[in-house]
Amino acid sequence: MIDRRLFTNFDWTLLVLVLLISAIGVVNIYSASASYTLAGAPYYLKQFYWIVASLILVVLACSIDYHLFEDVAYWFYGILCVVLIVVLLMGKTSMGATRWLHLGFFSIQPSEPMKVVMIMTLARFLSRYPAVDGLTLRDLVYPFLFVGGPAVLIMKQPDLGTAIVVILIACSMIAYVGVRISALVTCLAATVPVVYLGWHFFLRDYQKNRVLNFLNPERDPLGTGYHIIQSKIAVGSGGLFGKGYMQGTQTQLRFLPEQHTDFAFSVFGEEWGFIGCLTLLVLYISLILWGLHIAGRCNDRFGSLMAVGVTAMLFWHTIINIGMVIGVFPVVGVPLPLFSYGGTSMITSMIGVGILLNISMRRFMF
Amino acid sequence: MNEKIFIRQTHDPRRQKQVIFLSCFVASLFFLLLTRLWYLQVVKTQDFQSKSESNRLRLVPVAASRGTIFDRNGTVLVSNRPSFSVAVIPQEVKDRDALLDQLSAYLGIDRTELLEKWEKGKGRARYYPIVLASGITRDQLELLEEKRLWLPGLDVEVKPVRQYEVGVLASHLLGYIGEISDDELKSEGYAGYNSGDYVGKSGIERSWERLLHGKNGGRQIEVDARGRILRTISENSPVVGSSLVLTIDAELQKRTEQSFGEQAGAAVAIDVNTGEILAFSSNPDFDPALFAGRMPPDKWKEYLEDKRHPLENKALKGQYPPGSTFKIITALAGLEEGLINERTTVVCRGSYTLGGSKFGCWQRKGHGAVNLKRALKESCDVYFYQLGEKLGIDKIAAYSRALALGAPMGVGLDNEKGGLIPTSEWKEKRHKKKWLQGDTLPASIGQGYVLMTPIQLASMIASVATDGVVYRPHLIKRIIDQDGRVIQEFKPEILARSGIGTRSFRLVKEGLSAVVNEGGGTGGMARLYEVHVAGKTGTSQVVKLRDRKGGIPYQYRDHALFVGFAPYDKPEVAVAVVIEHGEHGGSAAAPIAGRILRAYFEGKGTIRRPVRQGAAADTGGESEQEPAATEQSGGEPQGQEEQ
Repeated sequence: MIDRRLFTNFDWTLLVLVLLISAIGVVNIYSASASYTLAGAPYYLKQFYWIVASLILVVLACSIDYHLFEDVAYWFYGILCVVLIVVLLMGKTSMGATRWLHLGFFSIQPSEPMKVVMIMTLARFLSRYPAVDGLTLRDLVYPFLFVGGPAVLIMKQPDLGTAIVVILIACSMIAYVGVRISALVTCLAATVPVVYLGWHFFLRDYQKNRVLNFLNPERDPLGTGYHIIQSKIAVGSGGLFGKGYMQGTQTQLRFLPEQHTDFAFSVFGEEWGFIGCLTLLVLYISLILWGLHIAGRCNDRFGSLMAVGVTAMLFWHTIINIGMVIGVFPVVGVPLPLFSYGGTSMITSMIGVGILLNISMRRFMF
Repeated sequence: MNEKIFIRQTHDPRRQKQVIFLSCFVASLFFLLLTRLWYLQVVKTQDFQSKSESNRLRLVPVAASRGTIFDRNGTVLVSNRPSFSVAVIPQEVKDRDALLDQLSAYLGIDRTELLEKWEKGKGRARYYPIVLASGITRDQLELLEEKRLWLPGLDVEVKPVRQYEVGVLASHLLGYIGEISDDELKSEGYAGYNSGDYVGKSGIERSWERLLHGKNGGRQIEVDARGRILRTISENSPVVGSSLVLTIDAELQKRTEQSFGEQAGAAVAIDVNTGEILAFSSNPDFDPALFAGRMPPDKWKEYLEDKRHPLENKALKGQYPPGSTFKIITALAGLEEGLINERTTVVCRGSYTLGGSKFGCWQRKGHGAVNLKRALKESCDVYFYQLGEKLGIDKIAAYSRALALGAPMGVGLDNEKGGLIPTSEWKEKRHKKKWLQGDTLPASIGQGYVLMTPIQLASMIASVATDGVVYRPHLIKRIIDQDGRVIQEFKPEILARSGIGTRSFRLVKEGLSAVVNEGGGTGGMARLYEVHVAGKTGTSQVVKLRDRKGGIPYQYRDHALFVGFAPYDKPEVAVAVVIEHGEHGGSAAAPIAGRILRAYFEGKGTIRRPVRQGAAADTGGESEQEPAATEQSGGEPQGQEEQ
């Protein structure tokens, strides 16, 4: 029983924004990986295939009524928590981190779907709170447990970037519901010992180094500090109009680290300059404000909260990645959504987009 | 259902306010990013553009010195010396073919070989040097330095390489280093290594690689258009690797290796009260220095074709049937189980028949009536066939495991072999066949399925010396840093306590003393007149030969073994010797064990070193514990045969 209104209400604005960003991403990856000599399909082509594949997921994610997510959220959450523990115990270690679980025929990285499932779970939980005057400290106990468990597991893998994003998503959703001043103050006061404990027990040495190098890049000009310095040179030397497509010397001479994945934005900044960056940022701002707009006009609390969660996911990825590339945040290894090379990141972002479309086109249903 | 819908539709009047609040937050963060971008790309762009244009900052790895390896007395076994290698920086090279041609001519290395190295180094940043040739001579270095201006992109690096201070000594134990291989580069264990790095390839160098390697440093340098260094911007000094102090005694090691002569085999000497391995030798050895540079092809061929297998670490990985040395275990098991005592006698008629099969004693004539002591002394097979039959294989295996046999002992080297102590269950699993009594009989004299490494043989006899306390045989005494401060000390570790009674040990030891010191004993050639030695010979079949007359080809000849300890009353040192294809334990292995023990006691000062060659061993003073055995032995019990 597909309602005709679903088609008339389809959110073309959102889809066009997403496709524009992805297309610029592919063009950028082409340049970023031009100096690579590789066997197999080039990166830009693979990225294109990923986009096509994830568009199918978008269609799937918006064709189901999103209220179904409300019913299954806790189940998904429970299953993923178990998978996270299993990964930690027996996952395949890649580059010193245990993030992948091999299921014989394919591998999954359960921390990625955890972001989306966390959004569903929190949305369901928070939607049951009338909380007119904002959440009290007692109301925050369950959300804290919901988020804290998986966040610790992800941090243990160790995947600091994803753990931070998961926590930030949760904070955004709670902020949307509203928190009482007293609870807010207590929480802020509690972060001090948490950060202290986290620093001493959860962060690996390389993660500590990254944070320390960010605070003082001169500390290790040959290691991660070197990456930040080279990335800043790349973006800064782009100037107002950029060096031109495929003309970035920092990129083509490979002074940049991971330039097709986490540092894709610095390639873009070098070759397209401030004007290019401004254009891309305007696209991202539009996407995120549009997401919030969808949340605002949605008629039920669950959908509205989920829209805020998905938007927060896209927002924080964007801010952290660009901030890292231009030297205002530490290097934590977070990709730029829809833009950096990588199938897992593309699929997660696109599922998020599918959920937003889903909520958007059912806004008149209730 | 109604209620659910009600909750869903609860309209929240604050929602619009919250959306506006979040939107403002989003916009302000984006605004901050844009401000920063404006600052970098518009305000400061001149700075960054000039930095980017002159971006000839280069990261040059500085290799760390490997840790030094010392013997137990502080003698340096392996240290480092500088070696020069030629590298290119692809980004700076103007004409690759010309450069390769010239390098090939100057260095005398085939052009295709240089090209191959170059291709392998691709895929990394273009400012990163690729090492094309290492270990070049001083003359070549001077020549290159002269031509350097006309060869842009060329770089000469100094790297520390291994210097073997005591010559070729303990080469299997120390191992050698070589350039990291492609497979190693890809593997997890070598994360953080770069191509061109030197890593341990065998022995201690490999097993303790991470510790010895240290941490490579780096230099950030600025270069001009021709690749010449203008200035060093910053430097991370390399961290020198940790040093290892081995349990090995260099002098004893040297004498052990010399005692082998041209024979192939292995010897291990252990301090029985700590498990420290004092000598660890596998013969013949190889020259580890050859592996670091370009190995001469004829030398390589020689190593590969030598039927004595010089590249094999026989002490660690050689698994041999222990032969009659295993009778020690069978005897202990029999005594503990109460199946025999010192008075139990068996009549040996030269063979024993079980289920229609005849199992021969090495002494075809038969030994007549033998008790335990004589059975050990003369190594009577029939005595132990009968004992083994009564015990059954699983009892024998249980006592072997009580002495920690049948598994790697954890000496501190990778890929240590564990030997094999068979059980009936093992055979069913492995061969899908039932264990037969016919399998037990050879096993009880150390033939058939039983296998032991020289380390296990030494540990076994050391455990007999200590009445059943098994110390973990180990090679590393301590880890120290470059200033000699101790990082880690390896204390003696008790691997197992056998639980076998001291009475059983006393009876077996009396037999072992007789083997060496009494007339008719098979191990007389290990005898020292100054110190009371006890031990057991063994000869293990490589193949079954019906006809044992005439010349048997080398590779089919029996292995000769000897295990022993000394002094008898207060044991200090145990030794195991295996001579591959040496034929008889008594004549081939025992004299070598004797020489190793003599070297040990000379080193300690218990035995005075002969003043000059041929001088008779000192007769006076120190030989207070001279065994009574000497009076009995009219002549050396040479040529004693056994199986």
